Amino acid sequence: MSTDAQRVSDLAHTVVAEHDPKQVPLTEFLGACYDAGLSWVNFPPGLGGLGLSRGLQAVADGILQGAGGPVPLGLNPMGYGMAAPTIREHAQTEDLKKFFLRPLATTEDIWCQLFSEPGAGSDLAGLATSAVPDGEDWVINGQKVWTSLAHKARWGLLLARTDPDAPKHKGLTYFILDMHGAGVECRPLRQMTGQAEFNEVYITDARIPDAHRLGGVGDGWRVAMTTLMNERSALGASGSRRGGGAIADAVQLWASRPDLHTPVLRDRLTQLWLRAEAQRLTSERSRASAGAGSPGPEASIGKMVGAELNQQIYEFCMDLLGPEGILYHSYAMYGANAGTGDWRGPVQQRYLRSRANTIEGGTSEVMRNILGERVLGLPGDLRADAGMAWKDVPRG
Amino acid sequence: MADATQFTFTDEQQALRAAVRKFCAANFDEATVRRLMEADVRYDAAVWRRLGTELGVLGMSVPEDDGGVGGSLVDQAVAVEVFGATLACGPLFGTVYLSIPALVACPAGEARDELLGALVEGDRTAAFAVPDRAGAFDPAAVTVTADGGALSGPAGRVVDADAADVLLVAAACPDGVGLYAVDAAGPGVQRTALVTLDLTRPQAAVELAGAPARLLAGPDEADRVITHALQVGAALLAVEQVGAAQHLLDLSVEYAKSRMQFGRQIGSFQAVKHKLADMLVDLEHARSAAWHAVWALSDGSDDPALATAIAQAVCSHALSRIAADTIQVHGGIGFTWEHQAHLYFKRAATDAALLGGAEAHRSRVADAVLDTAVAHAGAVPVATG
Repeated sequence: MSTDAQRVSDLAHTVVAEHDPKQVPLTEFLGACYDAGLSWVNFPPGLGGLGLSRGLQAVADGILQGAGGPVPLGLNPMGYGMAAPTIREHAQTEDLKKFFLRPLATTEDIWCQLFSEPGAGSDLAGLATSAVPDGEDWVINGQKVWTSLAHKARWGLLLARTDPDAPKHKGLTYFILDMHGAGVECRPLRQMTGQAEFNEVYITDARIPDAHRLGGVGDGWRVAMTTLMNERSALGASGSRRGGGAIADAVQLWASRPDLHTPVLRDRLTQLWLRAEAQRLTSERSRASAGAGSPGPEASIGKMVGAELNQQIYEFCMDLLGPEGILYHSYAMYGANAGTGDWRGPVQQRYLRSRANTIEGGTSEVMRNILGERVLGLPGDLRADAGMAWKDVPRG
Repeated sequence: MADATQFTFTDEQQALRAAVRKFCAANFDEATVRRLMEADVRYDAAVWRRLGTELGVLGMSVPEDDGGVGGSLVDQAVAVEVFGATLACGPLFGTVYLSIPALVACPAGEARDELLGALVEGDRTAAFAVPDRAGAFDPAAVTVTADGGALSGPAGRVVDADAADVLLVAAACPDGVGLYAVDAAGPGVQRTALVTLDLTRPQAAVELAGAPARLLAGPDEADRVITHALQVGAALLAVEQVGAAQHLLDLSVEYAKSRMQFGRQIGSFQAVKHKLADMLVDLEHARSAAWHAVWALSDGSDDPALATAIAQAVCSHALSRIAADTIQVHGGIGFTWEHQAHLYFKRAATDAALLGGAEAHRSRVADAVLDTAVAHAGAVPVATG
């Protein structure tokens, strides 16, 4: 074990010994992790990190979670996965970084992400929510959508337009919005599963102090890339155990229903198993070769394959079940903002939920563009709005 | 060259890759490959000997005591991936992928030691006349019989047998099946060269009639020896497929960037771009599966039978699809004899068929992971209305 790994291991054992996660409140345990630099070991000391390589996080997580600690990414997904790296890189002062990061780490402050709009999905840079300066503040107006955890969130990562006369990518600025502030209203958004994992957020004359701007005015797109690369990396990360993850559902269902076996279904399931295994090995290889460093465009492979595989796996489950599969447990709207609760429901619910996989966090079409352009170096598509002022771009 | 963690290559292995690339660029350029594939003997014996002596890449995992360099299968695979990218000319399949691994696994003895040394040096070449059922040894399929030290019977179609110096032949003897070495140019050996789909990977039909043979592995050893050779062969073939697939993707991407239609590079069209993205994913999956099998065989980190079945299933499918899509991306030029795409397309079809196709290996994977799966009550809830 390297000296750095030993140090991480020692610190984690100390945290567990002094703040037993099975005994102390969650926030105390996660606060102790933060203070020991184990929340994100690659972050600087004093900001929940140790200035070590990202790969060593696994050493800390193994010990902390092995002792009964929570998976923080599950409790505050947008906080840990997206907000933390963005704040660390782009918040204006060290004090502000500390102000936001510690309560984020303890999950006292839940975070949400305010990017997508009804008029801006794949073409995110075309978004219309406006931010207009007024004294030391910015005044925000617009509508965001697909915001998970908005009703529980203390803070939101907001991308808004500060210059409608500039081309679309140039006129954006990145802010932190106070979700408890005046002029912010959340409404649950019901989805095809019957549940409401997400919200619509209506923003009317909400105010943000300029200190809560991340990155320069007009620099929002670049800052947003930090967030999105981390999101895709998190979505693409698959279990490292052979046969684990969604494919385990299909194999379990297969094993439990020998009466439904046919040779054709058997080969179809084997093809899915192999695709899952090849992707699992690719993730391992990517980890082995990357070691340290930030997620690159190759993370898009995992996101894209995982999304399409999930759909195919649950399609298989439905085809295996036949007429038994066309029943449902309940369409009563429940578990509003249940996060990823749909994955704990019956297989039919997982089947319906998987339709979103190839849309959320970047559609598979966008992912293929990224692989083609960023990894293979192919030329970009012709853009009808290239160089055009955002306010002149046709919309509809 | 010690192996570090799975999927990471040592500095020595990176240097080896560079050296083999340089050698291949100088000796297996497209013009040379085309000239040799239509020659009577499909490789240049002097160049082959240089691969054995100068580069030492024909038997990299052969122990030093047996005349090898004492490297690992990972080292051997590093070289094979480059061979696959360039369609390197020579009896790689018969000699490097199958015969040398078989000899390494054979018990030491005069016949085996002398032959192994000659194959590693590139002084002689060998073909592997052992019937396999989709990459698995099938003693029941052996059609050659041994009568004392003489073999007789049809040995079937054998890759690289046309110009091989030695044939490794599985033959039935009173106690089972043994593995023998036969001098290919000796008495009692009739070889009929066949026209192959892939001209760079020749075959001959072999018929034996009282051919003198030396025993390499008796009935108590032959099954293990042959199974080992077939597994190593499957892993190296998979790595060869990865090398070819990477070359084709590079070729297709370059073409999509340079070919102009409708006043723009065709790679800017999503229909083309997304096809190339899918080729990239297939390639990366193939690379992971092939190298996992190589590591599994060299450090015992996974069941070799399952790891090679996964590699063959994934890589045969990937290279076949990538080769087909390479022709599609190139359009009309990709269908010409003049363009190199067909050389790789034919290699893809050939490699997919050798040592078992994707379907056969899928079936093996299913045997291992589906038929053995145990259902846990309530693991996957099903709504019942």
